[in-house]
Amino acid sequence: MSREKAFVHPYIPNSVPEVREAMLREIGARDVEELYAGIPDALRLKREMNLPKPLLSELELRRHVEGLLRKNRSCQDYLNFMGGGCWQHFVPAVCDEIASRAEFLTAYVGDTYSDLGKHQAIFEFQSLMGELLEMDVVSGPTYDWPSAASSALLMASRLTGRKRVLVPATTGPERLSHMRNFCRRAVSIEMVATEASSGLLDLQDLERKCGCETACVYLENPTYLGLIERQGAEVAETAHSRGALFVVGVDPSSLGVLAPPATYGADLVCGEVQPLGLHMHFGGGVCGFIASHDDPAIVGEYNTFLTSIAPTGREGEFGFGWSTMDRTSYVRRDASPDFMGSATNLWGITAGVYLALLGPRGMRDLGEGILQRRHYAMERLGAIKGLRTPVFSATHFKEFVVTFEGKAVQDVNKALLERGIFGGIDLGGWFPELGNSALYCVTEVHTQGNIDHLADAVREVLR
Amino acid sequence: MKPRRKDGYHAVAWQEPIILELGTPGERGVLLPPAGDGITRVVGDVLGSIPAEIRRRNPPRLPELSQPQVLRHYLRLSQMSLGADLNLDISQGTCTMKYSPKVNERLVSMPELTELHPYQDGSTVQGVLEVMGRFESILKEVSGMDRFTFQPGGGAQGIYTNACIIRAYHESRGQANQRTEIITTIFSHPADAACPATAGFKVITLYPDGRGYPDLEALKAAISERTAGLFITNPEDTGIFNPRIREFVDLVHAAGGLCAYDQANANGILGVARAREAGFDMCHFNLHKTFSSPHGSSGPASGAVGVISELARFLPVPTLEFDGDKHYFDYDRPETIGKVRGFHGNVPAVVRAYAWVMSLGAQGLRLVADTSVLNNNYMAKKMAAIPGVAIAYPEARARLDQIRYSWEPLKRKTGVGTEDVRRRMVDFGLQSYFESHHPWVVPEPFTLEPDETYSKDDIDEYVEVMRHISDEAHSSPEIVLGAPHQSTISRIDESALDDPKRWAMTWRAHLRKRSGGA
Repeated sequence: MSREKAFVHPYIPNSVPEVREAMLREIGARDVEELYAGIPDALRLKREMNLPKPLLSELELRRHVEGLLRKNRSCQDYLNFMGGGCWQHFVPAVCDEIASRAEFLTAYVGDTYSDLGKHQAIFEFQSLMGELLEMDVVSGPTYDWPSAASSALLMASRLTGRKRVLVPATTGPERLSHMRNFCRRAVSIEMVATEASSGLLDLQDLERKCGCETACVYLENPTYLGLIERQGAEVAETAHSRGALFVVGVDPSSLGVLAPPATYGADLVCGEVQPLGLHMHFGGGVCGFIASHDDPAIVGEYNTFLTSIAPTGREGEFGFGWSTMDRTSYVRRDASPDFMGSATNLWGITAGVYLALLGPRGMRDLGEGILQRRHYAMERLGAIKGLRTPVFSATHFKEFVVTFEGKAVQDVNKALLERGIFGGIDLGGWFPELGNSALYCVTEVHTQGNIDHLADAVREVLR
Repeated sequence: MKPRRKDGYHAVAWQEPIILELGTPGERGVLLPPAGDGITRVVGDVLGSIPAEIRRRNPPRLPELSQPQVLRHYLRLSQMSLGADLNLDISQGTCTMKYSPKVNERLVSMPELTELHPYQDGSTVQGVLEVMGRFESILKEVSGMDRFTFQPGGGAQGIYTNACIIRAYHESRGQANQRTEIITTIFSHPADAACPATAGFKVITLYPDGRGYPDLEALKAAISERTAGLFITNPEDTGIFNPRIREFVDLVHAAGGLCAYDQANANGILGVARAREAGFDMCHFNLHKTFSSPHGSSGPASGAVGVISELARFLPVPTLEFDGDKHYFDYDRPETIGKVRGFHGNVPAVVRAYAWVMSLGAQGLRLVADTSVLNNNYMAKKMAAIPGVAIAYPEARARLDQIRYSWEPLKRKTGVGTEDVRRRMVDFGLQSYFESHHPWVVPEPFTLEPDETYSKDDIDEYVEVMRHISDEAHSSPEIVLGAPHQSTISRIDESALDDPKRWAMTWRAHLRKRSGGA
């Protein structure tokens, strides 16, 4: 085939015909088809795949995909008040800069001597999270909070040899759905009620349900409905008095102002890293973690990569490597009670950058700025006729429930959408006991003007 | 022409401290917008409103750094990492380190994707849903399966999803208590054993016959009324395609089981052979391997799961549907296994994979397969000529996209084994290669995958480095045994990684152990 007629593709250097011929000569094959001789005829696809016509030039391709994506209206175009496990936060430019570095973006499972910087960046993610959490062991990045929570529940079950876990009735719906699927063969999940007035865990119900078969009590802080759970120490005491572990799922954006779970007795901590410098990416920006104290028995039950620092032969020099791989599914295969694989390391590296940029004061400013805006938003919305907020008496962090009296949440949201606003998440399907309610989220990205605009729009919609 | 070899290479060695050692109290890396007087007047002291028992008492001991310092530190760390963009990443066999086109990075950086919330009203996300819908159609054609989900966040999670679907299928037929066993092969990925085990199955692992093929007789012996399903890779880790795969599938079907095809790495068979023709009920593709989405230092990844129509009712929620006018998510699926990951999966990987396929078309995908198979066979010919290199199971017919090699002959003759070569090769600017999944059935293993990204010259350079290291092993083995010599650091004390007294997953643990604290 002449070079002019040949299909030479920019991503495929050896698509040049002369090169292919030289290589075939070297192999001693007539054509590439000969190399497929090991695949029986009956298994072969005997036609060209029926795929869309390609856009071979980069410019045409770019126009096409950009054209599709531009049909979207993002949270930059509209004013967004949805959270619920994927939250809109400020992403510093340096986070984007590092996340797009080719060296990190295109690395994979290279080891100590070729990918040292990657290993150090992951170790620093673990270390920075360790400071935020006041815990000595932090996993490498996991898929997300739901999977981290499910794995933590199974860890607790193995560590205690018990098969029942207690979770709050207000556990995030995506997380609960994940837990129900992930844990069903290993443990049973029982719900602990929350108090109708405060929205916090019902300690009496916990006392009743927590027994000598309980592997762990799981708590979320802030709760899915946005409340700051102040009873951590009591929950820990109840759990520990029955020989159960205490597992806490946490939103780390709160930890500049809220006490880390280790200080109120958590044995295992898990949560969602996405608020720390990661875009939402339509839900693709999530990234989880698991943390604990440095107890070899607990470390032995992690299902994730754990990167450890290690000395070299030179004084003062250190390197990094994967610790205790024998505990993982890579080595144990079906003897492993859980699994690991490619998860979200680039997001973990990026979250490390975020924590380094914010530092202790930045994390406090973040928490305070969120609390101020959330508080203001509740004041403004709470003054509107036809809705009720606060619904719960406990202190909120960045999310809060709004109960609408006359108009259905769907209709409110539809009307808000017409005004360029994404209203709160409709809770009707997940929490029917809350009636006609929505979960609103306010973060440091919102200005007073944004919140006033929301309040004015809601008032207009409910009029 | 003599192949290149980078004898003068030296890795970047910034000797960069841990970030927690850097900075000065008071420095700031980024400032957040204050709430403003209008808000603070209304809300007062919000920190005081936090119940005392849950207020943070001691600020986190995070470093305090200016912005240029943070940037410099992480840029230096990036320079001490050898991403696939920078080297001939033939090394990470089974990982399909192919070129991740830069234009696709521009596409997924658009705010119309990065700033989307997963629960946005359907009318505002029709663009991205259309991309997902179009890519589902593409994968249906590539595999012959009928429905796909993009929810799994990686290959292992995709395999796990398939295990859950098999479990749900047998439960729906009232056979959950009977069908408790999954069969896999030792040359399928460890996740093909671990994920079904996590889903509650007992796993039976088949070993190959003497020629390296999955053993049909062993399969027959393993099959029973307890068989729930089969999880198998093809071609396997060794690069050997199992020509009797249809018989495997038919036997499992006849016994009442389902068959899941691990297509994490499908590079060598795009447009050549599909899951459908081999009779599989389900499969998964790693969009970060075959479909070019970058590996991200190990994620965010994507394991796209495809199933035949009879199994679609068990897929995770939500599924993506099209009503003739618009795309929408369907959460109302009573038989769903539920969520395997939050939200809709790693959607940017789907956008990149779509753009990649659209840049190639059917003819282009076939060119990818042909070139990766051509490259691999060319490389095998060259590698086999290196003293000390063996190809595992040489009797098996031509390999497809990757090969498991062995340095066993070299080790016997010189004492230099695969771990030593692996440390030495980084001195020539190459990524350390992947040896093998566990257990090491092939002694002194290493697995190479010269996919379509690499030119003939690239392959020649890589082979030349391997040949050179083999020469060194024969003439001056101490060079190889003492490697690396031109890496970022010297050799670490690996025993520290597994010693509870010395391991440290965080800097705080390291400081505590160094100072002798408990």
